[in-house]
Amino acid sequence: MKNFFGWLGHNFLELLQELGRMMLLFIQAFFWLLRPPFRIRLFLKQMEFIGVNSLFVVGLTSLFTGMVLALQTYYAFRMFGAETLVGATVALSMTRELGPVITGLMVAGRAGSAICAEIGTMRVTEQIDALTVMSINPVQYLVMPRILAGFIMLPLLTIISDVMGIFGGYVVGVQLLDIHGGLFMNRIYEYVELADVYNGLVKASVFGGILTLVGCYKGFYTFGGAEGVGRATTQAVVMSCVLILISDYFLTALMF
Amino acid sequence: MEQDRYIIRIEGLTKSFGTFTILNGLNLNLEKDRVNIIIGRSGGGKSVLIKHIIGLLKPDKGRILVRDRDIVPMSEREMAHVRREFGMLFQEAALFDSLSVEENVAFPLHEHTSKSYKEIMTIVQDKLAGVGLQGMGSKMPAELSGGMRKRVGLARALVMEPKIVLFDEPTSGLDPVMGATINDLILRTKDEFGATCIVISHDISGTMKIADNIFMLYEGKIIVQGSPEEIKESSDPVVRQFIRGEAKGPIQIN
Repeated sequence: MKNFFGWLGHNFLELLQELGRMMLLFIQAFFWLLRPPFRIRLFLKQMEFIGVNSLFVVGLTSLFTGMVLALQTYYAFRMFGAETLVGATVALSMTRELGPVITGLMVAGRAGSAICAEIGTMRVTEQIDALTVMSINPVQYLVMPRILAGFIMLPLLTIISDVMGIFGGYVVGVQLLDIHGGLFMNRIYEYVELADVYNGLVKASVFGGILTLVGCYKGFYTFGGAEGVGRATTQAVVMSCVLILISDYFLTALMF
Repeated sequence: MEQDRYIIRIEGLTKSFGTFTILNGLNLNLEKDRVNIIIGRSGGGKSVLIKHIIGLLKPDKGRILVRDRDIVPMSEREMAHVRREFGMLFQEAALFDSLSVEENVAFPLHEHTSKSYKEIMTIVQDKLAGVGLQGMGSKMPAELSGGMRKRVGLARALVMEPKIVLFDEPTSGLDPVMGATINDLILRTKDEFGATCIVISHDISGTMKIADNIFMLYEGKIIVQGSPEEIKESSDPVVRQFIRGEAKGPIQIN
Protein backbone atom coordinates (compact mmCIF):
# COMPACT_ATOMS: atom_id res chain seq x y z
CA MET A 1 0.00 0.00 0.00
CA LYS A 2 2.75 2.35 0.99
CA ASN A 3 4.58 1.45 -2.17
CA PHE A 4 1.56 2.27 -4.26
CA PHE A 5 1.21 5.76 -2.78
CA GLY A 6 4.94 6.26 -3.15
CA TRP A 7 4.68 5.35 -6.80
CA LEU A 8 1.65 7.60 -7.29
CA GLY A 9 3.33 10.55 -5.60
CA HIS A 10 6.55 10.05 -7.51
CA ASN A 11 4.75 10.03 -10.86
CA PHE A 12 2.63 13.01 -9.93
CA LEU A 13 5.69 15.04 -8.98
CA GLU A 14 7.36 14.05 -12.23
CA LEU A 15 4.30 15.17 -14.17
CA LEU A 16 4.28 18.53 -12.36
CA GLN A 17 7.97 18.97 -13.09
CA GLU A 18 7.38 18.26 -16.75
CA LEU A 19 4.47 20.71 -16.97
CA GLY A 20 6.65 23.31 -15.25
CA ARG A 21 9.47 22.88 -17.76
CA MET A 22 6.93 23.08 -20.55
CA MET A 23 5.62 26.37 -19.21
CA LEU A 24 9.18 27.71 -19.06
CA LEU A 25 9.67 26.78 -22.71
CA PHE A 26 6.40 28.50 -23.54
CA ILE A 27 7.42 31.69 -21.72
CA GLN A 28 10.78 31.69 -23.51
CA ALA A 29 9.02 31.25 -26.84
CA PHE A 30 6.72 34.14 -26.01
CA PHE A 31 9.60 36.49 -25.25
CA TRP A 32 11.42 35.47 -28.42
CA LEU A 33 8.25 36.28 -30.35
CA LEU A 34 8.70 39.95 -29.46
CA ARG A 35 12.35 40.13 -30.43
CA PRO A 36 13.83 40.57 -33.89
CA PRO A 37 14.75 39.07 -36.25
CA PHE A 38 11.24 38.18 -37.40
CA ARG A 39 11.45 35.23 -39.74
CA ILE A 40 8.15 35.48 -41.57
CA ARG A 41 8.99 32.67 -43.99
CA LEU A 42 9.50 30.12 -41.24
CA PHE A 43 6.18 31.12 -39.74
CA LEU A 44 4.32 30.84 -43.06
CA LYS A 45 5.89 27.45 -43.67
CA GLN A 46 4.61 26.20 -40.32
CA MET A 47 1.16 27.66 -40.97
CA GLU A 48 1.09 25.69 -44.18
CA PHE A 49 2.31 22.53 -42.52
CA ILE A 50 0.06 22.63 -39.47
CA GLY A 51 -2.96 24.23 -41.11
CA VAL A 52 -3.26 23.79 -44.84
CA ASN A 53 -1.90 20.26 -44.90
CA SER A 54 -4.36 19.16 -42.19
CA LEU A 55 -7.40 20.40 -44.12
CA PHE A 56 -8.28 17.12 -45.76
CA VAL A 57 -8.07 14.88 -42.71
CA VAL A 58 -9.88 17.37 -40.48
CA GLY A 59 -12.62 17.88 -43.09
CA LEU A 60 -13.11 14.17 -43.65
CA THR A 61 -13.30 13.20 -39.97
CA SER A 62 -15.62 16.11 -39.21
CA LEU A 63 -17.92 15.17 -42.06
CA PHE A 64 -18.37 11.66 -40.72
CA THR A 65 -18.71 12.89 -37.13
CA GLY A 66 -21.58 15.16 -38.23
CA MET A 67 -23.15 12.28 -40.13
CA VAL A 68 -23.04 9.83 -37.23
CA LEU A 69 -24.27 12.51 -34.82
CA ALA A 70 -27.34 13.01 -37.01
CA LEU A 71 -27.97 9.28 -37.09
CA GLN A 72 -27.69 8.88 -33.33
CA THR A 73 -29.72 11.91 -32.34
CA TYR A 74 -32.41 11.05 -34.88
CA TYR A 75 -32.76 7.66 -33.24
CA ALA A 76 -33.28 9.28 -29.80
CA PHE A 77 -35.36 12.28 -30.85
CA ARG A 78 -37.79 10.19 -32.90
CA MET A 79 -39.06 8.64 -29.67
CA PHE A 80 -40.69 11.92 -28.69
CA GLY A 81 -41.23 13.39 -32.10
CA ALA A 82 -38.49 16.04 -32.03
CA GLU A 83 -36.73 15.03 -35.25
CA THR A 84 -36.42 18.62 -36.45
CA LEU A 85 -34.05 19.32 -33.54
CA VAL A 86 -31.42 17.03 -35.06
CA GLY A 87 -29.88 19.93 -37.00
CA ALA A 88 -29.59 22.17 -33.96
CA THR A 89 -28.12 19.36 -31.88
CA VAL A 90 -25.51 18.52 -34.49
CA ALA A 91 -24.64 22.21 -34.94
CA LEU A 92 -24.35 22.86 -31.20
CA SER A 93 -22.27 19.73 -30.60
CA MET A 94 -19.94 20.57 -33.47
CA THR A 95 -19.36 24.22 -32.69
CA ARG A 96 -19.16 23.96 -28.92
CA GLU A 97 -17.39 20.68 -28.53
CA LEU A 98 -16.60 18.28 -31.31
CA GLY A 99 -15.25 20.70 -33.91
CA PRO A 100 -12.40 21.96 -31.72
CA VAL A 101 -11.72 18.59 -30.09
CA ILE A 102 -11.64 16.57 -33.31
CA THR A 103 -9.47 19.19 -34.94
CA GLY A 104 -7.17 19.22 -31.92
CA LEU A 105 -6.82 15.45 -31.80
CA MET A 106 -6.33 15.05 -35.54
CA VAL A 107 -3.72 17.79 -35.75
CA ALA A 108 -1.96 16.41 -32.66
CA GLY A 109 -1.72 13.06 -34.41
CA ARG A 110 -0.65 14.50 -37.73
CA ALA A 111 1.39 17.64 -37.05
CA GLY A 112 2.21 17.31 -33.33
CA SER A 113 3.96 14.01 -33.92
CA ALA A 114 5.83 15.36 -36.94
CA ILE A 115 6.97 18.44 -35.01
CA CYS A 116 8.28 16.24 -32.20
CA ALA A 117 10.04 13.83 -34.55
CA GLU A 118 11.65 16.64 -36.53
CA ILE A 119 12.90 18.64 -33.56
CA GLY A 120 13.88 15.43 -31.75
CA THR A 121 15.97 14.31 -34.71
CA MET A 122 17.60 17.74 -34.85
CA ARG A 123 18.44 17.35 -31.16
CA VAL A 124 20.03 13.90 -31.39
CA THR A 125 22.00 14.77 -34.55
CA GLU A 126 23.37 17.94 -32.90
CA GLN A 127 21.57 20.25 -35.34
CA ILE A 128 20.13 22.21 -32.40
CA ASP A 129 23.64 22.60 -30.98
CA ALA A 130 24.73 23.73 -34.44
CA LEU A 131 22.08 26.47 -34.39
CA THR A 132 23.26 27.62 -30.97
CA VAL A 133 26.88 27.62 -32.10
CA MET A 134 25.89 29.83 -35.03
CA SER A 135 24.42 32.29 -32.51
CA ILE A 136 20.85 31.50 -33.49
CA ASN A 137 18.49 30.88 -30.63
CA PRO A 138 16.82 27.49 -31.26
CA VAL A 139 13.71 28.44 -29.28
CA GLN A 140 13.20 31.45 -31.48
CA TYR A 141 14.07 29.61 -34.65
CA LEU A 142 12.27 26.30 -34.08
CA VAL A 143 9.77 26.51 -31.24
CA MET A 144 8.22 29.96 -31.52
CA PRO A 145 6.98 29.78 -35.16
CA ARG A 146 5.37 26.40 -34.54
CA ILE A 147 3.47 27.44 -31.42
CA LEU A 148 2.30 30.65 -33.05
CA ALA A 149 1.17 28.76 -36.15
CA GLY A 150 -0.76 26.32 -33.93
CA PHE A 151 -2.50 29.16 -32.13
CA ILE A 152 -3.62 30.72 -35.37
CA MET A 153 -4.34 27.74 -37.59
CA LEU A 154 -6.38 25.58 -35.20
CA PRO A 155 -9.34 28.02 -35.00
CA LEU A 156 -9.32 28.31 -38.79
CA LEU A 157 -9.36 24.53 -39.16
CA THR A 158 -12.14 24.37 -36.59
CA ILE A 159 -14.34 26.62 -38.72
CA ILE A 160 -13.91 24.14 -41.57
CA SER A 161 -14.62 21.30 -39.17
CA ASP A 162 -17.83 22.97 -37.93
CA VAL A 163 -19.06 23.55 -41.47
CA MET A 164 -18.22 20.01 -42.59
CA GLY A 165 -19.89 18.52 -39.52
CA ILE A 166 -23.11 20.44 -40.03
CA PHE A 167 -23.04 19.59 -43.72
CA GLY A 168 -22.67 15.90 -42.84
CA GLY A 169 -25.59 16.19 -40.44
CA TYR A 170 -27.67 17.84 -43.16
CA VAL A 171 -26.87 15.15 -45.69
CA VAL A 172 -27.87 12.35 -43.32
CA GLY A 173 -30.81 14.15 -41.67
CA VAL A 174 -32.42 15.71 -44.72
CA GLN A 175 -31.38 13.46 -47.58
CA LEU A 176 -31.43 10.07 -45.88
CA LEU A 177 -33.82 10.43 -42.96
CA ASP A 178 -36.31 12.80 -44.59
CA ILE A 179 -36.27 15.59 -42.03
CA HIS A 180 -37.70 18.77 -43.56
CA GLY A 181 -34.75 20.77 -44.88
CA GLY A 182 -36.15 24.20 -44.02
CA LEU A 183 -36.99 23.20 -40.48
CA PHE A 184 -33.60 21.59 -40.06
CA MET A 185 -31.84 24.85 -40.94
CA ASN A 186 -34.33 27.02 -39.13
CA ARG A 187 -33.75 25.19 -35.84
CA ILE A 188 -30.01 25.78 -36.24
CA TYR A 189 -30.56 29.52 -36.61
CA GLU A 190 -32.88 29.43 -33.62
CA TYR A 191 -30.66 27.62 -31.15
CA VAL A 192 -27.05 28.24 -32.17
CA GLU A 193 -25.61 31.60 -31.19
CA LEU A 194 -22.44 33.17 -32.45
CA ALA A 195 -21.02 32.91 -28.92
CA ASP A 196 -21.13 29.12 -29.28
CA VAL A 197 -18.93 29.35 -32.33
CA TYR A 198 -16.55 31.89 -30.81
CA ASN A 199 -16.07 29.92 -27.62
CA GLY A 200 -15.33 26.85 -29.68
CA LEU A 201 -12.68 28.82 -31.55
CA VAL A 202 -11.07 29.99 -28.30
CA LYS A 203 -10.84 26.35 -27.26
CA ALA A 204 -9.30 25.45 -30.60
CA SER A 205 -6.66 28.14 -30.14
CA VAL A 206 -5.72 26.75 -26.74
CA PHE A 207 -5.58 23.22 -28.18
CA GLY A 208 -3.33 24.49 -30.97
CA GLY A 209 -1.01 25.98 -28.39
CA ILE A 210 -1.00 22.78 -26.36
CA LEU A 211 -0.26 20.36 -29.18
CA THR A 212 2.53 22.43 -30.70
CA LEU A 213 4.06 23.20 -27.29
CA VAL A 214 4.02 19.54 -26.26
CA GLY A 215 5.47 18.47 -29.62
CA CYS A 216 8.24 21.07 -29.42
CA TYR A 217 8.95 20.35 -25.76
CA LYS A 218 9.20 16.58 -26.19
CA GLY A 219 11.34 17.02 -29.28
CA PHE A 220 13.57 19.66 -27.73
CA TYR A 221 14.47 17.46 -24.76
CA THR A 222 14.84 14.21 -26.69
CA PHE A 223 17.81 12.02 -25.83
CA GLY A 224 18.99 8.55 -26.79
CA GLY A 225 19.26 8.41 -30.57
CA ALA A 226 16.63 7.06 -32.95
CA GLU A 227 14.93 5.10 -30.19
CA GLY A 228 14.69 8.28 -28.13
CA VAL A 229 13.02 10.11 -31.01
CA GLY A 230 10.44 7.33 -31.32
CA ARG A 231 9.74 7.37 -27.60
CA ALA A 232 9.45 11.15 -27.49
CA THR A 233 7.05 11.17 -30.45
CA THR A 234 4.72 8.63 -28.87
CA GLN A 235 4.78 10.53 -25.60
CA ALA A 236 4.09 13.79 -27.39
CA VAL A 237 0.97 12.48 -29.10
CA VAL A 238 -0.41 10.79 -25.97
CA MET A 239 0.37 13.76 -23.78
CA SER A 240 -1.15 16.34 -26.11
CA CYS A 241 -4.33 14.28 -26.55
CA VAL A 242 -4.68 13.87 -22.79
CA LEU A 243 -4.01 17.54 -22.13
CA ILE A 244 -6.45 18.57 -24.87
CA LEU A 245 -9.26 16.50 -23.36
CA ILE A 246 -8.55 17.61 -19.79
CA SER A 247 -8.25 21.28 -20.66
CA ASP A 248 -11.41 20.90 -22.76
CA TYR A 249 -13.40 20.18 -19.61
CA PHE A 250 -12.01 23.14 -17.72
CA LEU A 251 -12.40 25.54 -20.62
CA THR A 252 -16.01 24.44 -21.05
CA ALA A 253 -16.69 24.87 -17.34
CA LEU A 254 -15.16 28.34 -17.48
CA MET A 255 -16.82 29.63 -20.62
CA PHE A 256 -20.31 28.18 -20.83
CA MET B 1 52.91 38.47 -23.42
CA GLU B 2 51.42 35.36 -21.79
CA GLN B 3 47.94 36.76 -22.43
CA ASP B 4 48.56 37.14 -26.14
CA ARG B 5 49.91 33.70 -26.52
CA TYR B 6 46.87 31.85 -25.22
CA ILE B 7 43.50 32.45 -26.81
CA ILE B 8 41.61 30.15 -24.45
CA ARG B 9 42.51 29.37 -20.88
CA ILE B 10 40.59 26.92 -18.74
CA GLU B 11 41.08 26.85 -14.98
CA GLY B 12 39.82 24.18 -12.61
CA LEU B 13 37.01 22.98 -14.87
CA THR B 14 34.79 20.46 -13.09
CA LYS B 15 31.66 18.85 -14.49
CA SER B 16 29.57 15.97 -13.21
CA PHE B 17 26.55 14.24 -14.68
CA GLY B 18 24.65 12.79 -11.74
CA THR B 19 27.24 11.13 -9.55
CA PHE B 20 29.70 10.64 -12.41
CA THR B 21 32.47 13.23 -12.51
CA ILE B 22 33.63 13.54 -16.08
CA LEU B 23 35.94 16.56 -15.84
CA ASN B 24 37.78 16.95 -12.58
CA GLY B 25 39.59 20.26 -12.07
CA LEU B 26 40.92 20.40 -15.61
CA ASN B 27 43.45 23.09 -16.56
CA LEU B 28 44.19 23.84 -20.19
CA ASN B 29 45.85 26.67 -22.13
CA LEU B 30 45.27 26.74 -25.87
CA GLU B 31 47.73 28.57 -28.03
CA LYS B 32 46.63 31.11 -30.60
CA ASP B 33 47.08 30.42 -34.33
CA ARG B 34 48.08 26.83 -33.70
CA VAL B 35 46.54 23.41 -34.19
CA ASN B 36 45.77 22.25 -30.65
CA ILE B 37 44.71 18.63 -30.46
CA ILE B 38 43.15 17.05 -27.42
CA ILE B 39 43.42 13.28 -27.40
CA GLY B 40 41.83 10.81 -25.06
CA ARG B 41 39.57 7.81 -24.88
CA SER B 42 36.05 7.73 -26.25
CA GLY B 43 33.63 8.69 -23.53
CA GLY B 44 36.46 10.29 -21.61
CA GLY B 45 35.00 13.77 -21.69
CA LYS B 46 36.56 15.23 -24.85
CA SER B 47 33.19 16.20 -26.32
CA VAL B 48 32.08 17.54 -22.96
CA LEU B 49 35.21 19.68 -22.84
CA ILE B 50 34.68 21.12 -26.33
CA LYS B 51 31.04 21.87 -25.51
CA HIS B 52 32.20 23.85 -22.51
CA ILE B 53 34.59 25.88 -24.64
CA ILE B 54 31.73 27.04 -26.85
CA GLY B 55 29.27 27.42 -23.99
CA LEU B 56 26.86 24.61 -24.88
CA LEU B 57 27.43 23.25 -21.38
CA LYS B 58 28.02 25.19 -18.18
CA PRO B 59 30.61 23.86 -15.72
CA ASP B 60 29.90 23.03 -12.08
CA LYS B 61 33.11 24.80 -11.12
CA GLY B 62 35.96 26.59 -12.86
CA ARG B 63 36.63 29.39 -15.30
CA ILE B 64 36.79 29.41 -19.09
CA LEU B 65 38.55 32.46 -20.47
CA VAL B 66 38.17 33.29 -24.15
CA ARG B 67 40.54 36.17 -24.91
CA ASP B 68 40.68 36.78 -21.15
CA ARG B 69 36.92 37.08 -20.75
CA ASP B 70 35.27 34.49 -18.53
CA ILE B 71 32.36 33.00 -20.47
CA VAL B 72 30.95 30.96 -17.56
CA PRO B 73 28.81 33.70 -15.97
CA MET B 74 27.72 35.12 -19.33
CA SER B 75 24.05 35.30 -20.33
CA GLU B 76 22.88 33.56 -23.50
CA ARG B 77 22.83 36.94 -25.20
CA GLU B 78 26.45 37.77 -24.42
CA MET B 79 27.36 34.21 -25.30
CA ALA B 80 25.72 34.57 -28.71
CA HIS B 81 28.07 37.50 -29.28
CA VAL B 82 31.19 35.57 -28.22
CA ARG B 83 30.18 32.62 -30.42
CA ARG B 84 30.50 34.80 -33.50
CA GLU B 85 34.24 34.28 -33.14
CA PHE B 86 33.81 30.51 -33.27
CA GLY B 87 33.12 27.99 -35.96
CA MET B 88 32.47 24.38 -35.17
CA LEU B 89 32.56 21.16 -37.14
CA PHE B 90 30.35 18.60 -35.43
CA GLN B 91 31.11 14.90 -35.28
CA GLU B 92 28.32 13.94 -37.71
CA ALA B 93 28.55 17.37 -39.39
CA ALA B 94 25.06 18.36 -38.06
CA LEU B 95 23.94 19.71 -41.43
CA PHE B 96 20.33 20.88 -41.53
CA ASP B 97 18.46 18.06 -43.30
CA SER B 98 15.81 20.33 -44.70
CA LEU B 99 18.29 22.62 -46.48
CA SER B 100 20.48 21.94 -49.50
CA VAL B 101 24.27 22.02 -49.29
CA GLU B 102 24.33 25.61 -50.56
CA GLU B 103 21.64 26.75 -48.16
CA ASN B 104 23.46 25.08 -45.28
CA VAL B 105 26.67 26.95 -46.03
CA ALA B 106 24.80 30.19 -46.70
CA PHE B 107 22.76 29.89 -43.51
CA PRO B 108 25.00 31.90 -41.12
CA LEU B 109 25.47 34.59 -43.78
CA HIS B 110 21.72 34.98 -44.30
CA GLU B 111 21.16 35.14 -40.57
CA HIS B 112 23.98 37.42 -39.49
CA THR B 113 24.95 39.63 -42.41
CA SER B 114 23.10 42.01 -44.68
CA LYS B 115 24.90 40.77 -47.78
CA SER B 116 22.86 40.40 -50.95
CA TYR B 117 21.87 37.00 -52.27
CA LYS B 118 24.43 37.30 -55.05
CA GLU B 119 27.31 38.17 -52.72
CA ILE B 120 26.35 35.31 -50.43
CA MET B 121 26.30 32.84 -53.33
CA THR B 122 29.76 33.96 -54.43
CA ILE B 123 31.13 33.34 -50.94
CA VAL B 124 29.33 30.00 -50.68
CA GLN B 125 30.70 28.75 -54.03
CA ASP B 126 34.15 29.89 -52.98
CA LYS B 127 33.97 28.02 -49.65
CA LEU B 128 32.59 24.90 -51.30
CA ALA B 129 35.41 24.96 -53.83
CA GLY B 130 37.81 25.39 -50.90
CA VAL B 131 36.75 22.02 -49.53
CA GLY B 132 36.68 20.41 -52.99
CA LEU B 133 32.93 20.31 -53.43
CA GLN B 134 32.32 22.71 -56.30
CA GLY B 135 29.13 22.00 -58.17
CA MET B 136 27.57 20.04 -55.30
CA GLY B 137 25.58 23.00 -53.98
CA SER B 138 22.13 21.81 -54.96
CA LYS B 139 22.47 18.35 -53.38
CA MET B 140 20.66 17.53 -50.14
CA PRO B 141 22.70 16.37 -47.11
CA ALA B 142 21.08 12.92 -47.22
CA GLU B 143 22.59 12.35 -50.68
CA LEU B 144 26.16 12.87 -49.47
CA SER B 145 28.75 10.47 -48.08
CA GLY B 146 30.15 10.93 -44.58
CA GLY B 147 33.31 12.61 -45.81
CA MET B 148 31.38 15.00 -48.05
CA ARG B 149 29.05 15.89 -45.22
CA LYS B 150 32.00 16.73 -43.01
CA ARG B 151 33.51 18.92 -45.69
CA VAL B 152 30.21 20.77 -46.11
CA GLY B 153 30.13 21.13 -42.32
CA LEU B 154 33.62 22.60 -42.46
CA ALA B 155 32.64 25.03 -45.23
CA ARG B 156 29.69 26.14 -43.09
CA ALA B 157 31.91 26.50 -40.01
CA LEU B 158 34.36 28.69 -41.95
CA VAL B 159 31.89 30.85 -43.84
CA MET B 160 31.80 33.58 -41.19
CA GLU B 161 35.63 33.57 -41.08
CA PRO B 162 35.87 32.66 -37.42
CA LYS B 163 39.05 33.15 -35.42
CA ILE B 164 38.64 29.89 -33.53
CA VAL B 165 37.50 26.66 -35.16
CA LEU B 166 36.51 23.61 -33.13
CA PHE B 167 36.62 20.12 -34.62
CA ASP B 168 34.77 17.31 -32.88
CA GLU B 169 36.43 14.05 -34.04
CA PRO B 170 36.84 15.27 -37.63
CA THR B 171 38.27 12.03 -39.01
CA SER B 172 36.29 9.39 -37.14
CA GLY B 173 34.29 7.08 -39.37
CA LEU B 174 36.18 8.09 -42.53
CA ASP B 175 38.44 6.05 -44.75
CA PRO B 176 42.19 6.84 -44.42
CA VAL B 177 42.35 8.91 -47.61
CA MET B 178 39.36 11.03 -46.64
CA GLY B 179 40.81 11.30 -43.13
CA ALA B 180 44.04 12.66 -44.59
CA THR B 181 42.04 15.10 -46.75
CA ILE B 182 40.26 16.42 -43.68
CA ASN B 183 43.56 16.73 -41.83
CA ASP B 184 44.92 18.76 -44.76
CA LEU B 185 41.88 20.99 -44.56
CA ILE B 186 42.53 21.57 -40.86
CA LEU B 187 46.09 22.68 -41.66
CA ARG B 188 44.82 24.94 -44.45
CA THR B 189 42.25 26.41 -42.06
CA LYS B 190 45.13 27.45 -39.83
CA ASP B 191 47.42 28.70 -42.61
CA GLU B 192 44.97 30.37 -44.99
CA PHE B 193 42.35 31.70 -42.60
CA GLY B 194 44.75 32.33 -39.75
CA ALA B 195 42.42 30.57 -37.36
CA THR B 196 43.18 28.79 -34.13
CA CYS B 197 42.18 25.16 -34.49
CA ILE B 198 41.04 23.09 -31.55
CA VAL B 199 40.61 19.45 -32.43
CA ILE B 200 39.49 16.52 -30.35
CA SER B 201 40.52 13.21 -31.73
CA HIS B 202 41.62 9.68 -31.05
CA ASP B 203 43.25 9.35 -34.46
CA ILE B 204 46.88 9.16 -33.33
CA SER B 205 48.69 9.08 -36.68
CA GLY B 206 46.74 12.06 -38.02
CA THR B 207 47.31 13.93 -34.79
CA MET B 208 51.07 13.40 -34.94
CA LYS B 209 51.13 14.80 -38.49
CA ILE B 210 49.19 18.01 -38.02
CA ALA B 211 49.34 19.01 -34.35
CA ASP B 212 51.39 21.88 -32.98
CA ASN B 213 50.36 21.04 -29.42
CA ILE B 214 48.92 17.80 -28.11
CA PHE B 215 47.03 17.45 -24.85
CA MET B 216 46.15 14.09 -23.34
CA LEU B 217 42.88 14.02 -21.42
CA TYR B 218 42.65 11.20 -18.90
CA GLU B 219 40.33 10.78 -15.91
CA GLY B 220 39.03 14.32 -16.13
CA LYS B 221 42.40 16.05 -16.27
CA ILE B 222 45.07 16.95 -18.80
CA ILE B 223 47.85 14.60 -17.78
CA VAL B 224 50.47 15.44 -20.41
CA GLN B 225 50.93 18.15 -23.00
CA GLY B 226 53.57 18.94 -25.56
CA SER B 227 54.62 18.83 -29.19
CA PRO B 228 54.14 15.59 -31.15
CA GLU B 229 57.81 14.71 -30.56
CA GLU B 230 57.50 15.28 -26.83
CA ILE B 231 54.34 13.16 -26.68
CA LYS B 232 56.04 10.36 -28.61
CA GLU B 233 58.95 10.43 -26.19
CA SER B 234 56.72 10.66 -23.13
CA SER B 235 57.60 8.29 -20.33
CA ASP B 236 54.07 8.42 -18.87
CA PRO B 237 52.73 4.85 -19.03
CA VAL B 238 49.16 6.01 -19.80
CA VAL B 239 50.31 8.11 -22.74
CA ARG B 240 52.55 5.35 -24.02
CA GLN B 241 49.73 2.82 -23.89
CA PHE B 242 47.33 5.22 -25.61
CA ILE B 243 49.51 6.32 -28.50
CA ARG B 244 50.71 2.79 -29.16
CA GLY B 245 47.18 1.44 -28.95
CA GLU B 246 47.94 -1.40 -26.56
CA ALA B 247 45.30 -3.37 -24.72
CA LYS B 248 47.50 -3.97 -21.67
CA GLY B 249 48.56 -1.14 -19.40
CA PRO B 250 47.41 1.26 -16.72
CA ILE B 251 44.27 2.43 -18.59
CA GLN B 252 41.19 0.82 -17.06
CA ILE B 253 38.82 -0.75 -19.54
CA ASN B 254 35.22 -0.59 -18.43
